[in-house]
Amino acid sequence: MRQITVLSGKGGTGKTSLTAAFAALTRHLVIGDCDVDAPNLHLLLNPTIVETQEFRGSQVAVIDETKCVQCGKCEAACRFHAIHDLVIDPVLCEGCGVCAYLCPTDAITLDVQLDGYAFISTTKYGPMAHARLNPGQENSGKLVTLVRQNARRIAEKEKIELVLIDGPPGIGCPVIASITGVDAGLIVVEPTLSGIHDLERALSLLNHFRIPAFVCVNKADLNAENTARIIAFCEDNEVRVIGRIPFDPLVTKAMVAATPVVEYAPTSRIADEIKNAWTCLRAAGTAR
Amino acid sequence: MIVSIASGKGGTGKTTIAVNLALSLENVQLLDCDVEEPNDHVLLRPMISDVEETQVLVPKIVEERCQHCGDCADFCAFNALFVAPEKVVFFPELCHSCGGCLLVCPHQAIIEEAKRVGVIKRGRAQKVELVYGELDVGEPMAVPLIRAVKSQIEEDRNVIVDSPPGTACPVVASVYGSDFCVLVTEPTPFGLHDLQITVQVVRALEIPLGVVVNMAGIGDRKVYEYCATERIPILLEVPFNKRIAELYSRGIPFVEEMAEWKEKFRALWRKIAEDV
Repeated sequence: MRQITVLSGKGGTGKTSLTAAFAALTRHLVIGDCDVDAPNLHLLLNPTIVETQEFRGSQVAVIDETKCVQCGKCEAACRFHAIHDLVIDPVLCEGCGVCAYLCPTDAITLDVQLDGYAFISTTKYGPMAHARLNPGQENSGKLVTLVRQNARRIAEKEKIELVLIDGPPGIGCPVIASITGVDAGLIVVEPTLSGIHDLERALSLLNHFRIPAFVCVNKADLNAENTARIIAFCEDNEVRVIGRIPFDPLVTKAMVAATPVVEYAPTSRIADEIKNAWTCLRAAGTAR
Repeated sequence: MIVSIASGKGGTGKTTIAVNLALSLENVQLLDCDVEEPNDHVLLRPMISDVEETQVLVPKIVEERCQHCGDCADFCAFNALFVAPEKVVFFPELCHSCGGCLLVCPHQAIIEEAKRVGVIKRGRAQKVELVYGELDVGEPMAVPLIRAVKSQIEEDRNVIVDSPPGTACPVVASVYGSDFCVLVTEPTPFGLHDLQITVQVVRALEIPLGVVVNMAGIGDRKVYEYCATERIPILLEVPFNKRIAELYSRGIPFVEEMAEWKEKFRALWRKIAEDV
């Protein structure tokens, strides 16, 4: 089984639109949406949920006022400044349990939170593992790990050789959870100064975890000079550029139509460019 | 007044709005809390005056005293400690620095040491004072660094907090404590979907909010319909425009070349101030 994660550093470069297009071109794969706090892939792939799992993990401290003797030990010890005048702010509380441990009258307990849901679905392109973190919750990295486990499990069970993962933006905990142990990372970059800056950081992250990196320049014709810079940068760093996708309003139109762009406009130039990029990535992957 | 800029979906134009707004106002402090991928400095090109390391405290086991009783691992709510018969294994990437393990160790076998998570940089570009964090590559936890960036807030100034994308804890840490939150969205199904989730987060924090529609003209009208139903004010629309996109691609804030927008951003700020 091969696992490929699409990531970007910077948000909004086109990860999800490309992942959906790749899925539509392949049709024998397991798809994972690891952007659990702002998932969008389902808006293009229209999954039918067949299994829902509750995801619990984080805790929040709660004070029982009838037992509290107002000694203030909890407030003094809380490293997250989550207790003020003996009231716990659930937003700041990280659920470490120090307050409950120190409370002389056992007035503090820890409530386990429902952090979100993981889903296993079917789509017309193949099975899909995805999730929904409840708004503002912690533990997005753990929920990503659950999505990854679900995707692998389905792939093993149904003997599917490819797992394609849509990653979240950034380089922090949910991104790290989305790339650990994958066979390749595809960084989608747009030719803007911010895009280049974020590409460098995303590439360092893949290098840090020794994951083979590939780059796809999206909206490449928006700034030819920056696209040339990205390609030169990739050459210097021995990173293969698998595609240069032009800017095309068809991508947004396909999104409004809730369809992968290669299916919405199968004979368009952008569909061809995406096909070429995907072929190139798959070839590079299998040659390894 | 502290105004945070958030979005849910990435790439909708938080940084564009934050930077152009900052350049249109006086006495401004801009804090870039997207410590995983900060970009405000790419557009502002500040003179950096100060770089400071941010550290968190993590446990260090004093082997001579450790009896491998396992109390620390039992206590740790984040599974950052694993106690084997001969050895304690610590996973720094899971540690939240709560200090609980030290507290529960019956043999005083745990001390704390500082671990670097990133840096805070401070600088100035024209009239804008910029503070931003840069999370070290490979470091998973952004929240301590976000809090360190926010500790630099000077409340008597016009403070703009640029948040990271998403709707999880880094966003909550960024917008927490602001007087108003501007949600930047694009009028597409992705933009709308993530806007709806972000509205839930910001409302749960009881922070007043309004929407800026960026790239207006692409996509469909559903964002406008949603805002009307939810009675969310649309504070400003920035059209999808080749010139703005091209300036952005070169890292130039568009108010510098299209000065008429400065007054629109000042009007946006006044509207927010009336609401707060």
